[in-house]
Amino acid sequence: MERRVVFPGWLVPALLLAPQLAVTCVFFYWPAAQAILQSVRHEDAFGLSARFVGLDNFAAVFADPAYLASVEVTLVFSLAVASLALTSGLLFAVMADKIVHGARFYKTVLLLPYAVAPAIAGVLWLFLFNPSVGIVAVALRRAGIDWNYLLNGHQALLLVILAAAWKQIGYNFLFFLAGLQAIPKTLLEAAAIDGAGPRRRFWRITFPLLAPTSFFLLVVNIVYAFFDTFGIIQNVTQGGPAKATEILVYKVWYDGVVGLDLGSSAAQSVILMAVVITLIALQFRFVGRRVHYA
Amino acid sequence: MSGSGRGAWIPHAVLLAGLALVLFPIYVAFVASSLTVRDILDAPMTLVPGPNIFANYRETLAAGTIRTSGQPVAVMMANSLVMAFAIASGKIAISLPSAYAVVFFGFPLRRLCFWVIFVTLMLPVEVRIIPTYKIVADLGLIDSYAGLTLPLIASATATLLFRQFFLTIPDELVEAAKLDGAGPWRFLVHVLIPLSRTNIAALFVILFIYGWNQYLWPLLVTDSPAMTTIVIGIRQMIGNGDAQTAWHLVMATALLAMLPPIAVVLAMQRWFIAGLIEPEK
Repeated sequence: MERRVVFPGWLVPALLLAPQLAVTCVFFYWPAAQAILQSVRHEDAFGLSARFVGLDNFAAVFADPAYLASVEVTLVFSLAVASLALTSGLLFAVMADKIVHGARFYKTVLLLPYAVAPAIAGVLWLFLFNPSVGIVAVALRRAGIDWNYLLNGHQALLLVILAAAWKQIGYNFLFFLAGLQAIPKTLLEAAAIDGAGPRRRFWRITFPLLAPTSFFLLVVNIVYAFFDTFGIIQNVTQGGPAKATEILVYKVWYDGVVGLDLGSSAAQSVILMAVVITLIALQFRFVGRRVHYA
Repeated sequence: MSGSGRGAWIPHAVLLAGLALVLFPIYVAFVASSLTVRDILDAPMTLVPGPNIFANYRETLAAGTIRTSGQPVAVMMANSLVMAFAIASGKIAISLPSAYAVVFFGFPLRRLCFWVIFVTLMLPVEVRIIPTYKIVADLGLIDSYAGLTLPLIASATATLLFRQFFLTIPDELVEAAKLDGAGPWRFLVHVLIPLSRTNIAALFVILFIYGWNQYLWPLLVTDSPAMTTIVIGIRQMIGNGDAQTAWHLVMATALLAMLPPIAVVLAMQRWFIAGLIEPEK
């Protein structure tokens, strides 16, 4: 992966690298180091003194039922978002791959949610399901369902899952469609000649060949559900009712910014860092260095 | 394969259902932004656009709502625009040169420099928000565009994209440029940047959307209402989602918040899709 022909010297590359290295060190390594440092210290409420407490913050975090509850919420939330967004993205991609006319039009429209901010997606879904004005909420009540996500934790979780998955459909669709189009048609035709029906062809040929794409998307979707959905939670439920939708990144923010418990918040940050590093390392191990942009 | 004959309508039916799923929430918001707040509170609201569309958007852009202490949404949009542009161009401006340095020069510590940048790929800003906030505060950058954008510029994605593209440039081209007496600067300006035009455009679209849609970091680092971005500002407009919420203006704001990123995606769709997917191949 290295070039044969290169320019000599070190001054020019040093100058070229300087801006990025400077920004990276100041706004990445420094705060990351601070987070780790803070996670092993205990600061008093006024921030006047701090002492080393080892892994006490981590022990306290893992012993806290509220944290464990948040872990559970996060797992349910991210698995539901990922499976919903992946299956619908795959379904639409398989259908778009079949049609001859109009594929571009479908592609353009299905892509739209990618451009919508998660926080705004949250507002759109909040408006549909708001107990007093939402048109879907009214329809649900007329159908005899007691809909009020402001009081019912399960309904609140369902709502943020729907909003978060909606936003991700277009991205998954695009990658699945590209994956499908990269599968040689001759392979599928040969299988058809051998008498394999459409269903068999899909599960025996198409689906296995999509595995790398699917795995890459799974990691991207889980990372998305873990971190990028803060705006959805904040706009729709603020983690409530009774913490039923408090995902981990929301708790980091809440404990650190609202609760001012910096040691615990930093320990939680470090745990999250470990989770992301594990996820991305797994992805690199199994499907190579694909990069999720933005 | 099964493009003709019976059952050919099934893909279209499924895709139309997909379109409905994507468009319905946006359409309802659009209709709400053309009604009066009374029409909306009288639930369920109609699905036919009303006559108030221009009045509502004018009020939103020029005045905002009482809940946001009368902050005009036009100001929020301007802030979002500055942030998105600064993040997109800032990232490209620092990552293109560094990718160039890592790929086209043989110097000691090259691998180390690459890895120092590469590791940042792994950690989204969300996991280090509070220490980053402290540093930005120490540097006196709270409530400034620099504080808003610099921490979001510090990431490796763009550098990696450029690196991958630069690695595909044939050695013969570099050789020829060198024979013609081009030094590293001339090669960068006259050969490499023109060759990277498509990549730069694609990356710009992706980063513009990324920047425009930021939430958690702007929420933390901006205090004064004059610095609020539109994606943040809408939260205060909703309040508790009760009878006092000016839903017609909130929905107009939601549409205004979607408009620029959607316009950018539509206008540059081809480049954007290529930029998103091709580095994966």
